[in-house]
Amino acid sequence: MAEGSVPPPRRQRGERFPAALLALAVLAAIGFAVTYLVTSNNTQLMGLFASLGLLAIGAGMIVWAKRYMTPPHPEVEPRGRLASTEDEVEAFTADFEVGEFEMERRGLLTKLLGAAIAATGLAALVPFLSLGPKPGESFKKTKWTNGKYVVNEQNERVHTNQVGTNAVLTVFPENEVGNALSQALLIGLRPNELQVVPGRETWTPDNVAGFSKVCTHAGCPVGLYQAQLGYLICPCHQSTFNVYNACEPIFGPAATPLPQLPMAVDTEGYLLSTGDFSDPPGPGFWDQDRPG
Amino acid sequence: MDERFGLALVGQSAIQKIFPNHWSFLLGELALYSFVVLVGTGIYLSLFFNANTGETTYAGSYQPLQGVRMSNAYASALDISFETKAGLLTRQVHHWAALIFIGAIVVHLARVFFTGAFRRPRELNWVVGITLFLLAIVNGFAGYSLLDDQLSGTGLRIGYSVLISIPVVGTWLASLIFGGEFPGTDIIPRLFVAHVLIVPLLIMVLIAIHLAILVKHKHAHFPGAGATDNNVVGERLWPTYTFKAAGLFFLVFAVEVALGGFAQVNPIWLYGPFAPQNVSSASQPDWYMGWLEGALRLMPPWETRIAGFTIPNPFWAGVVPPGVLFGLLYAWPWIEARFTKDHAEHHVLDRPRDRPVRTALGVGVLTMASVLGFAGSDDVLAVAFNLSINGLVWTFRVLLFVGPLITGAIAYKVCLELQRRDGPLVDPVLVAQASSNGEGGGGSPGKVPPSPEPAEPVPADP
Repeated sequence: MAEGSVPPPRRQRGERFPAALLALAVLAAIGFAVTYLVTSNNTQLMGLFASLGLLAIGAGMIVWAKRYMTPPHPEVEPRGRLASTEDEVEAFTADFEVGEFEMERRGLLTKLLGAAIAATGLAALVPFLSLGPKPGESFKKTKWTNGKYVVNEQNERVHTNQVGTNAVLTVFPENEVGNALSQALLIGLRPNELQVVPGRETWTPDNVAGFSKVCTHAGCPVGLYQAQLGYLICPCHQSTFNVYNACEPIFGPAATPLPQLPMAVDTEGYLLSTGDFSDPPGPGFWDQDRPG
Repeated sequence: MDERFGLALVGQSAIQKIFPNHWSFLLGELALYSFVVLVGTGIYLSLFFNANTGETTYAGSYQPLQGVRMSNAYASALDISFETKAGLLTRQVHHWAALIFIGAIVVHLARVFFTGAFRRPRELNWVVGITLFLLAIVNGFAGYSLLDDQLSGTGLRIGYSVLISIPVVGTWLASLIFGGEFPGTDIIPRLFVAHVLIVPLLIMVLIAIHLAILVKHKHAHFPGAGATDNNVVGERLWPTYTFKAAGLFFLVFAVEVALGGFAQVNPIWLYGPFAPQNVSSASQPDWYMGWLEGALRLMPPWETRIAGFTIPNPFWAGVVPPGVLFGLLYAWPWIEARFTKDHAEHHVLDRPRDRPVRTALGVGVLTMASVLGFAGSDDVLAVAFNLSINGLVWTFRVLLFVGPLITGAIAYKVCLELQRRDGPLVDPVLVAQASSNGEGGGGSPGKVPPSPEPAEPVPADP
């Protein structure tokens, strides 16, 4: 560390290293600009030159500070006081009370001013309702209705023979491909593999079952099917649903089953829905069980 | 200029300011400098990004996605990565700087906590700092959710589900923020405004307040080398501290540019455009969201249904833990003062070993957050180490509560052992002062650890 007492020759030598660093920074800056101009888009080389230049400036400044700017002893400064003195507080209070007295004397005006400002502030919040519609049926109802054809991601109607045993297929209501809450998964089952929930006896034509593909936990698409066990697994938080038991959750954070899609086939064997899902699909919310 | 503003007087008092010298006081600076890098790189990126969810067909130079239908937002993010010169470099520097920004905030926060720097008179600056931490997380999430790739859409989907899980107001909040159902077409442009305008503006204002309060209070310092509650011992702002701080800025920038140039981060072209029916397994958020993801994964399948009203599972895992953590963080200066009955002004910092209970609590909370963070990668860990996901979830559930007890107890014991090794705790400087003027060295507590270096005579401020 250099100090005030160091003779000039050593100081000259000590300047060489930071000088070299700063000169390097100049060269690196030129290198960066040239790389940008002459290469097609070399991320690594531009990154190399830019970081080298920045590193050299930083190192140069710190070496300079360490060699020539560090005093032999730490310096001390008094903190002073933070709080005001009693006199200062009193003087401020006296000045402030001039206005306060006026406000107290005209209490009606003071209260009305408060009310006016509060009302204006609250009124100014109302236009934020423009941001979105009142949450309503869209949280509970999907685009599946009686007689809606089941289509694949290319909006092509799905025949039951396209869903082989143990196969899965992502489907939507016809002309609603990509609708987040309406997406469903068709699963080809063997006869009697599914424990049918009472009232859903006719919902699985040709042993093809349809369930909501939206996880009832946090809404990710439940896309992983372990065919030998009949488990549907959500890749986000590993909620696992037993398809054979009407998609009841058996592991992970999901607490409710995946709703089932009631389906039938037309005369040619194409699948269509006979109504909306058995329950509101997707993650839960405050009034999901209340009649809309 | 001086005739108009009287700058010399103001300037002189500013450049004489003393900054204590300790490596741990540079952690907040790392965050500040990363923020500067974020603003700089962010401005460049904002000139090319198109926050629009209208559909287009990709025709850029990345072969595997040619002809794929996607949003303008995702397409422009791909163009930044492949067509714009220095675009990929800037994008990756921006992302790395964000990761380091929040990391530096956490480490700085830990330093302030473990050394008791939040005590009177600094309680409100602690509150400002916690708010900055919160805003940094929000803006990080908003930033990587903008690009409309499959990973960002998955994160938004989970965020939407956590929002609607909030009792009474959840569906309203989600509907207002997203402009209706998920995903809708409003969320990307709105996130863009939040990410480049609203949140950065708030962060800038709060940083200004954070630093103004710092200047008013003057920096706290560690015991030793003559430091008391009535003085500041260190280096002058000009030129020593200025050169070192500016040098550090360039070093931080250099590291972030090197990472951006050589370490790939968030390769959105591999994820593809977002479609609600798709998801890739092993979806991993940025590191600072990992603890929230972990909480969602570890939560048992509990859902409360009372009188037809539901409190869904994600509320308990995704809203309550961060709410409790940030509530405790905000209130900590007052909670601690209540227990220690210490309401005095402090400018000399604690060494963590001298406050074993606080140190043990901090270590416990950090352990808890780390367990949650690892739990957020349980699927990746299961594949990498060929473990059962079921077993991992249960291991993490147990570790979440047992881990903090173990690490907290160890931290407590280590503090006591370090205290024992310190021997009789007397500061030679204070002893010298006490013997010369017959008082205890400016109101510091009697029990002060020894100076790390041999005591030297401290010259009075010239």
